[in-house]
Amino acid sequence: MHRVLMDSSVLHANEELAEENRRYFQEQGIFVVNLMSAPGAGKTTVLEETIRRIGEEYRLGVIEGDLMTTTDADRISALGVPAYQITTGTICHLDARMIHHALHNFPVSGFDLLLIENVGNLVCPAEFDLGETLRVMVYSVVEGAEKPKKYPVMFHEAEAVLLNKTDLLPYAGVSLDELIENVFEVSPTARVFPLSCRTGEGFDEWIDWLKGRIENGSRSRTSETPAQ
Amino acid sequence: MHELAIIEGILEIVEGAAQKHGAASASRIKLRLGAFTGVVREALEFSFEAVRAGTVAEHAKLEIEIIPLRKYCRNCARVFESDGELSLLCPVCRLPVEIIAGREMQIEYIDLE
Repeated sequence: MHRVLMDSSVLHANEELAEENRRYFQEQGIFVVNLMSAPGAGKTTVLEETIRRIGEEYRLGVIEGDLMTTTDADRISALGVPAYQITTGTICHLDARMIHHALHNFPVSGFDLLLIENVGNLVCPAEFDLGETLRVMVYSVVEGAEKPKKYPVMFHEAEAVLLNKTDLLPYAGVSLDELIENVFEVSPTARVFPLSCRTGEGFDEWIDWLKGRIENGSRSRTSETPAQ
Repeated sequence: MHELAIIEGILEIVEGAAQKHGAASASRIKLRLGAFTGVVREALEFSFEAVRAGTVAEHAKLEIEIIPLRKYCRNCARVFESDGELSLLCPVCRLPVEIIAGREMQIEYIDLE
């Protein structure tokens, strides 16, 4: 028997590829956002509304991740924005390799902003670095106030948390204050934006912050170093 | 279930180590898994059972050590170990803490034959 000490991350291969992606994005001057949430939290609608508000100012493209269908890429294409669909089959998250492959089929070199919508899942995507500049989590208030404490990792990994569907608060029996407090407990440095895609409430604050963040360029992708 | 993807990553590393050291098989894989990860031990073990056949780790024992969340509060200058609650606020002064341990997903060692 021969014991080999490793002390290596089990996600080593993904981390290396993610760094390669990150270097490529930096060389090309592309700001990359990884948008994560549970299924149905409203990622695609947040994307559509964000594109409507900033689409004129940036040359942007979208990569969509789903288990099946090209529905989401079709929705983005309908806005006149180039979109590429990754269908993962049975895999519950995007990883750096999938992004790497997508770049071969979806030239991004002309973009200055690339928005990646991850597979809808509240757990898995949080552990897989894609090489993004910024991680954003969308959470719909109707999912309840307690989930941040039950599923803390994605909240913790996000630099910004969008609390979507605030127009449904009166029907959901959820306290926004309690929800924000619970997000703070597991992700103390995250920026939190309560908003509604339906009414537009809170959207200006998110867009202003995002634009500022893009201007600041590549900084820490995790919440370890909070944006000012 | 990303545990399957994680196990595939582990097997890749084990195969690489076996090849590098000219070993035919692995008999033990020791993992350090932090409590503040989205990885479930049982799902990891289940995934390992599902994909080990035909690999150098076919007969290996997968040993998983769970590392509790440990946090440091600058304000109180104290280290706290979590009793299962995954809060990143200081239990005393309620200010944000630093994570010292609990984010690990590491292969500590591999026993090769």
